[in-house]
Amino acid sequence: MRNSDLFEETYAALSANKVRSSLTVLGIVIGIASVIALTAIGQGAQDSISNSINALGSNLLEVMPGATRQIGFGASSGRGAAKTLTQDDETAILGVSNVAAVSGEYSARYQITVAGANTNTTVDGVDAAYAAIRNISLDQGSFVTDSQSLSLAKVAVIGSTVATDLFGTDATSSNLIGQSIRINNMLFTIIGVMATKGGSGFGSQDDEVFIPLGTALQYFAGNGNRFLSTIDIQATSQGAMTQVQNDVTALLLTRHNVSDPTKADFSILNQADLVSAASSVTGTLTTLLAAIAGISLLVGGIGIMNMMLTTVTERMREIGLRKAIGATKKDINNQFLAEAISLTFIGGAIGIALGWSIAAVLNMTGLMSAQVTFSSVLLAFGVSAAIGIAFGWYPARRASTLNPIDALRYE
Amino acid sequence: MIEFAHITKTYNADTPEAYTALRDVSFSIAEGEFVAIMGPSGSGKSTLMHILGCLDTPTAGTYTLDGRDVSTMTDDELADIRKDKIGFVFQSFNLLSRTTVLRNVMLPLVYAGMPPEERVARATEALESAGLTAEHFSHLSNQLSGGQIQRVAIARALVNDPALILADEPTGNLDSRTSLIVLGTLQELNRTHGRTIVLITHEPDIAEHADRIIRIRDGAIVSDEKNHAARDAAGETKLYDEPTRV
Ligand SMILES: Nc1ncnc2c1ncn2[C@@H]1O[C@H](COP(=O)(O)OP(=O)(O)OP(=O)(O)O)[C@@H](O)[C@H]1O
Ligand SMILES: [Mg+2]
Repeated sequence: MRNSDLFEETYAALSANKVRSSLTVLGIVIGIASVIALTAIGQGAQDSISNSINALGSNLLEVMPGATRQIGFGASSGRGAAKTLTQDDETAILGVSNVAAVSGEYSARYQITVAGANTNTTVDGVDAAYAAIRNISLDQGSFVTDSQSLSLAKVAVIGSTVATDLFGTDATSSNLIGQSIRINNMLFTIIGVMATKGGSGFGSQDDEVFIPLGTALQYFAGNGNRFLSTIDIQATSQGAMTQVQNDVTALLLTRHNVSDPTKADFSILNQADLVSAASSVTGTLTTLLAAIAGISLLVGGIGIMNMMLTTVTERMREIGLRKAIGATKKDINNQFLAEAISLTFIGGAIGIALGWSIAAVLNMTGLMSAQVTFSSVLLAFGVSAAIGIAFGWYPARRASTLNPIDALRYE
Repeated sequence: MIEFAHITKTYNADTPEAYTALRDVSFSIAEGEFVAIMGPSGSGKSTLMHILGCLDTPTAGTYTLDGRDVSTMTDDELADIRKDKIGFVFQSFNLLSRTTVLRNVMLPLVYAGMPPEERVARATEALESAGLTAEHFSHLSNQLSGGQIQRVAIARALVNDPALILADEPTGNLDSRTSLIVLGTLQELNRTHGRTIVLITHEPDIAEHADRIIRIRDGAIVSDEKNHAARDAAGETKLYDEPTRV
């Protein structure tokens, strides 16, 4: 039998029962579409989370005071409360190999006021290097400098959210440089306004005010208190991060006279760990979504098998007749298998298109970001072909092994 | 060509409903013979035909076709024999429903892998020789009369030019004029193309066209004679019953 004939027979058989064929195809369409759409949603979530983590800066390590804590669990044992990190530590870290930049940080929340408006936000005392480490770009003005830190200058760089909160929605367009704000009732001059970074759950920098580190330690840290709340370190490359983390750990243990590493009075958060922890969570989510979609795909496959078995029973005499005029086992087997595979193939193609459209619509509405991956399309196509073969195999075999005369006599 | 040796067919063997439809049937048919098989309803004619057509297997005995024992053949070999050597007209359920007349007739050629242009020509020729006109070719098989169905079935049996044509009451539904057309077709195939034909019939004047008549009753052969002798015997002893239709 020629392939063109097989195709023709398949088309004739499927179109003879359009409603039933369409409903069977629908099962596969739903299955495939949900696999594509749900994995796209999972992938979208994964992408947006790793994007916002990467927006924090690249190759970033954060040293925090207090005991080691597990990533993602529990409130830190008093970030900022523990007093172990100093500016001398910061200077020493700069000497570690493969460290590109270091910035100490002292942060606390304060009330900020201008005439007629006020907001409560994080005030961050930082070094000049901080802008480079955390990918900060400015809309207007300039970032704090190290000389301002030494001279204890009362200058501030404000985030775009803070700007809007204090000066109204048209704030970024008007020139805010040189305006005064009161932080904890102390007068500061604005020297810069940050560009909007976009909302990210991981410490949005749009809602922050940056001042020189020296100024912060002098006026806000309290009497003679010179302890830092964080030291940000940028490694020269992704590959060097582990080495930098190990070297900094060793350095600080020595400097703090701690001999037992488990009793360290600081902890280091590695951005790469954060990314992998977050992506393992979203990865699990994606797998879960795919598994749910997979169940509907399985149900669709069983629908195909059910239809094919019914078809074989209904067409028993036809099978007998075909065999009587010379169809071989293989001919009959191929015919029924081709029908099952065509059903899943059509369903697969429509399902991929539908899943893709769902993802596109989700992206357009902005409710969720959905990222259709090539591998999920490939997987869906493979799975639908496999379902056709797997669930068509048994009915096709049943049809082909029928004894011609029994099939002809079947009522 | 055909050699039946002590063929016995028991349906539902080893069960309480066991029924022996053929008992110890032996005969041989030479190439180019035109044989009619007659017998009352239920005497085992169709059963015999199915075994002849390699659709069913005997319970005992050996069937040799062209020198080969059929029981030793694989399913695929049997399918090849049905495709290349045998043309079959069934007593009932002959055509695929919701399929055009032309497609039905082309089906054996489809399984033989013949290219489309060639098989349309062959099918048209076969349909014409079975007395059907072009206007019917594109009809669906469920839009045909009983007689037309039978003729399409005959056309399909001829189309792959088989050496052996087995027809189970091909004229059962036809009026005498079309019966004669069909018989003429079969006779032509037999005389000029040397095809072997085995025909089951209830009607003596149809059997008359054959060279030889085999009569069976209760699954056993009661007579096997050349046509003229058979005709005489038929006139006197009335071995066959009137056709009974349900
Ligand atoms: N599949 C079967 N199972 C059991 N018994 C069967 C089966 N097929 C046929 N028989 C029995 O075998 C006997 C012979 O049947 P067969 O069809 O060969 O008769 P026939 O001579 O062709 O009759 P008719 O002229 O009515 O077509 C009948 O009694 C029938 O009941
Ligand atoms: Mg019969």
